Amino acid sequence: MTKNNSLTQKSIPLYPAKTKMQVTIIFLVILGFYLFSMIRTQEDMVGGISGALGNMYVVIEKFFPPNFTILSAIWDSMLETIKMAIIATTIAAIITVPLAVLSAQNITTFKPLYYLTRTFLNLLRTIPDLVLAVIFVGLFGVGVFPGILALTVFSLGILAKLISETIESVDMNPLEAMRASGGNVFQVIWYSLVPQVAPQFTSLVLYVFEINVRASVVLGMVGAGGIGLVLNQQIKFYNYPNAMTIIIVIFVTVLIIEYISNKLREALL
Amino acid sequence: MIEFKNVGLVYPNGTEGLKNINVKINDGEFVVIVGLSGAGKSTFIRSINRLVTPTSGSLQVDGEDILKYKGKNLRKLRTKVGMIFQNYNLVKRSNVFKNVLAGRLGHTGTLRSIFNLYSKEDKALAYNNLKRVNIDEKIYNRADELSGGQQQRVSIARVLTQKPNYILADEPVASLDPPTSHQVMTYLRKINKEDNITTIVNLHFIDMAMEYADRIIGMRAGEVVFDGPVSEVTEKTFEEIYGRAIREDDLRGGAEE
Repeated sequence: MTKNNSLTQKSIPLYPAKTKMQVTIIFLVILGFYLFSMIRTQEDMVGGISGALGNMYVVIEKFFPPNFTILSAIWDSMLETIKMAIIATTIAAIITVPLAVLSAQNITTFKPLYYLTRTFLNLLRTIPDLVLAVIFVGLFGVGVFPGILALTVFSLGILAKLISETIESVDMNPLEAMRASGGNVFQVIWYSLVPQVAPQFTSLVLYVFEINVRASVVLGMVGAGGIGLVLNQQIKFYNYPNAMTIIIVIFVTVLIIEYISNKLREALL
Repeated sequence: MIEFKNVGLVYPNGTEGLKNINVKINDGEFVVIVGLSGAGKSTFIRSINRLVTPTSGSLQVDGEDILKYKGKNLRKLRTKVGMIFQNYNLVKRSNVFKNVLAGRLGHTGTLRSIFNLYSKEDKALAYNNLKRVNIDEKIYNRADELSGGQQQRVSIARVLTQKPNYILADEPVASLDPPTSHQVMTYLRKINKEDNITTIVNLHFIDMAMEYADRIIGMRAGEVVFDGPVSEVTEKTFEEIYGRAIREDDLRGGAEE
């Protein structure tokens, strides 16, 4: 009875004292880092913010009102950008399949091959899309083709990684059953892996397509074709109302594409 | 005929799965392997279609040592030896018919199977097997829409479509309730008798083993500790196999038929 009383009086902590101590120290250290970096960068910030507010007015004055009369003229470039994204995503989605399978640990049991493809994909992902575009524009000249190449390589890196991780999380039991019924490697993959991965595969391809539409705008600015190229020209000519129209068109297009691909993904999963 | 000669298996982590197994299984027999979990029942059964590979001795199926098989020979062996699993191992997102047709994979070329170009005979065979296990009305349902017992029946149809000489069943009723368990075992037994397919089943339920087996093999710690016809088996035999008294949960319970 007395024992029971002492237990209720002194509440039992949820975590051991040692864990609490460690977490507190880690928290304080991180807080310290934040304070330190804030103080160090303060000098640039103070002047910066008030300057930005002043500049904001100038920017708004320059960019507004947008010049909507150019809509019909930029429409072709916008379509070009979307086409670039579609072609690049399609090519990447096809090349991804063997790469993703080879870099999935549960399917590629031959270790050297697995490490080889993994490393190749990691290397691919370390190159920023802008750098890829600069390289390909240098190789093939200004235009749509280097843009498509850059986007393909860029989305291949993301897709193969994401899909190989999806493959690694599938239920291995059906694969064992197919193997036990005498199927060869391709049959095992086609019959028990593909049905399990197909919905996620489609969803990820749509996601990468969205990324590609946005990325192709940026790539256009270094000469890789599409709406980005036009946007860059207009800004260079200080033609801000035109630039604003282009930005609005990109914004609306990206929103529409996101909406459509979200709906498609919902239907799939 | 399946013949284990001094078969041993040591897993890479050092665990001994099988110790000096000598067993001969004749054509057409219905053998039930009993033992506690971890006794080596699964390892025993999976050695026969080489889902695991014994590390010593020789294992003959139809007079050929299968331990050296690789690639094509191995696939041929697996075409001949069908397998049923505890978790049914169906492709959940595919429909029942496609799951059953997958049993033809070993007999079908890669390209033909990828484009679903199965012969009329193969499709008829698959459909008839669905009928045999009474699940033909679910032919176009997705596998994950079926109950456990129904899924196990589909997996029996898949194995039959393989046209095997041997069927291995690894704890086929462990995830099912008693009535469904009896139903699945009855189908296995019926197929064994009608098609003369040698059947080896892992079970840990004593009453089910007694009811369906021709012959019982008892395993403990990777060794065969009992091997004889079901008529020689008494409760005492099981106590020896299990190394302890028989308990309530070693029994599955009665059939409701």
